[in-house]
Amino acid sequence: MEALEILFTASFWVAAIRIASPLIFATMGELICERAGVLNLGIEGIMTAGAFAGWFTVYLGGDLWTGVLVAALVGMTLGLLHSVLTVPLGLSQHVVGIGITMLATSLTYYFYRLALPEVTSPPKIVPFEPWAVPGLSKLPIVGEALFTQTPLTYLAFASVVVVAWVLYRTPLGLAVRAVGENPSAVEAQGISVTAIRTGAVMAGSALMAIGGAFLTMSAFNSFFFNMINGRGWVCIALVVFGSWRPGKALIGAILFAAFDAYQIRLQQLSGGIVPYQIFLMLPYALSILALIVVARRATYPKALMIPYQKGER
Amino acid sequence: MRLEPKPASSLAASILYPLGALLATFVIAGLLVMAAGANPISVFGLVLKGAAGSQFAILETLTRATPLIFTGLAVAVAFRAKLWNIGAEAQLYIGATVTVILGTGALPLPAIVLIPLLMLAALLCGALLLAGPAWLKIRFGVDEVVTTLLLNFIVLLFVSMLLEGVLKDPMSLGWPQSAKVITEAQLPRIIAGKRLHYGFVIAVALAIALWFVMKKTVLGYEMRAVGHNAGAARFLGMPVNGIVMKTALLSGGIAALGGFSEVAGLKGNLTLDLSPGFGYTGIVVAMLAMLNPIGVIFSAIFVAGIFVGAAAMSRAAGVPSYIADVIVATSLLTMVTAIMLSRYRIRWR
Repeated sequence: MEALEILFTASFWVAAIRIASPLIFATMGELICERAGVLNLGIEGIMTAGAFAGWFTVYLGGDLWTGVLVAALVGMTLGLLHSVLTVPLGLSQHVVGIGITMLATSLTYYFYRLALPEVTSPPKIVPFEPWAVPGLSKLPIVGEALFTQTPLTYLAFASVVVVAWVLYRTPLGLAVRAVGENPSAVEAQGISVTAIRTGAVMAGSALMAIGGAFLTMSAFNSFFFNMINGRGWVCIALVVFGSWRPGKALIGAILFAAFDAYQIRLQQLSGGIVPYQIFLMLPYALSILALIVVARRATYPKALMIPYQKGER
Repeated sequence: MRLEPKPASSLAASILYPLGALLATFVIAGLLVMAAGANPISVFGLVLKGAAGSQFAILETLTRATPLIFTGLAVAVAFRAKLWNIGAEAQLYIGATVTVILGTGALPLPAIVLIPLLMLAALLCGALLLAGPAWLKIRFGVDEVVTTLLLNFIVLLFVSMLLEGVLKDPMSLGWPQSAKVITEAQLPRIIAGKRLHYGFVIAVALAIALWFVMKKTVLGYEMRAVGHNAGAARFLGMPVNGIVMKTALLSGGIAALGGFSEVAGLKGNLTLDLSPGFGYTGIVVAMLAMLNPIGVIFSAIFVAGIFVGAAAMSRAAGVPSYIADVIVATSLLTMVTAIMLSRYRIRWR
């Protein structure tokens, strides 16, 4: 019974929403890229770079929001590199994406060691504090779970609203969705496919980097090696699970995070009878399972992973 | 701008463009070295010296290249058929795990029987590990990139569980490591007293065999056809799904042999740091070799030299050894760009 009672505690849902926040940012980022027809496997590395950039800015004396901005700019730069190689040059999105992840990760570690050559435990910063939304935070369970978080979590939810609104309610969003489905039709309208895709990948990469920065600036207060730990790959699965729709992807991210928070608590309950590694495997296994369940009826953006050349049909 | 295929790529272009890519890589790395306040020329000199400046350095580089040849071949074979196996890391660990399970005394056999048996066991387990994602791809259309990536994390946790449980060496004073494999399970050293072992010879032989398979056999032809255009291959009546599965079995098995080789040839036991990312680096090795199995031998030695040389340089010059990872990642991106530019012309219009 104890195992079920966990689900009805506010602290469990507070943790679930906190765990969901970086995933929400990065999933929205990947979703934008894929809606424009570009698979961005640079996500894992871009999150690593964002985590470092945000944290390091604050460590050097910048304020927290400057840190978020720097992380976003680093993400955009890596996104620009990704899109130059995959959009006008049309290189394999698989190979370039993996390459961006390796490059971003190794550059991050290089600069980390350059800045802090001798440290064994990385210095801490003062991270974002939880901020209770007046009124709303007093609601039972939901109030505490949703409205006693740090500002970055609110920003994560706001990003879902903005991404959904832009994608479905603005001409720009229409163009983004169209270059992911039928790029030559967009080109026929006099809109540059290259420009739309480049913009989408840069914006998406900025969100991924902020997702990484959430870990060092809100969830924890310092930067560790391997701290992204596959979250980027999970987000790619979440985009598929959410059928490339922001709302569904948000629900997927929260469900995933709730599961993750739950396995941590079960781990404590089990008292060491079951090896802890089994619990840690569950989120990754769940991601694979989710992919299998939705794969049959997945409606990929039709031009996903297909480079576009002007005047070619 | 648009891309136009060049009428014919000359031999000179196919050499000059990759050289240009390497030059660009070292210019970028040089700027980073300067950011560390060091002189790039002397730093790269130290890297070269650390990688190839002495008999010890050369043997270290070849030792480090051995697992990279295996993972590079695994990736080259898979990518040739456009099967995106990013899980060589997991397959390598499974191969190492099987070697330790069977090689620490469970099978009291002479070396001449035991070593081939261990290789076969590793091969089978690695093949099965990639068969899963390949089956999901064929049967449900699940993208194998994500499944193989996620499996890397699952397998590493699985190995960690074994090392803290059933495989834990009781003599290890609490460290999560397995017992050493028995003498009969060990690959001999090529030069007595040095670390270079017969895993290197097996890797090179495997590369030559795979070159033959890819170039001269029906399977190799089918794999290339599926990679080039799966739709057309299917139209021609090729059993595309079966070919994808065969590719997966081959690729996963090869990567697992790398794990066998590391345990039986070099380390003797299994730890969680057996591979510092050999599976991921294998992707770079394969791409630098343009997916040619013979080329993989040379690109693996090159990449291994960067790592070994940078480690030596880092101790002497104070530039973080992560510069090696940066060089390797950068060379992947510059190389794919260079290959594309050698085949297409950019028209600005």
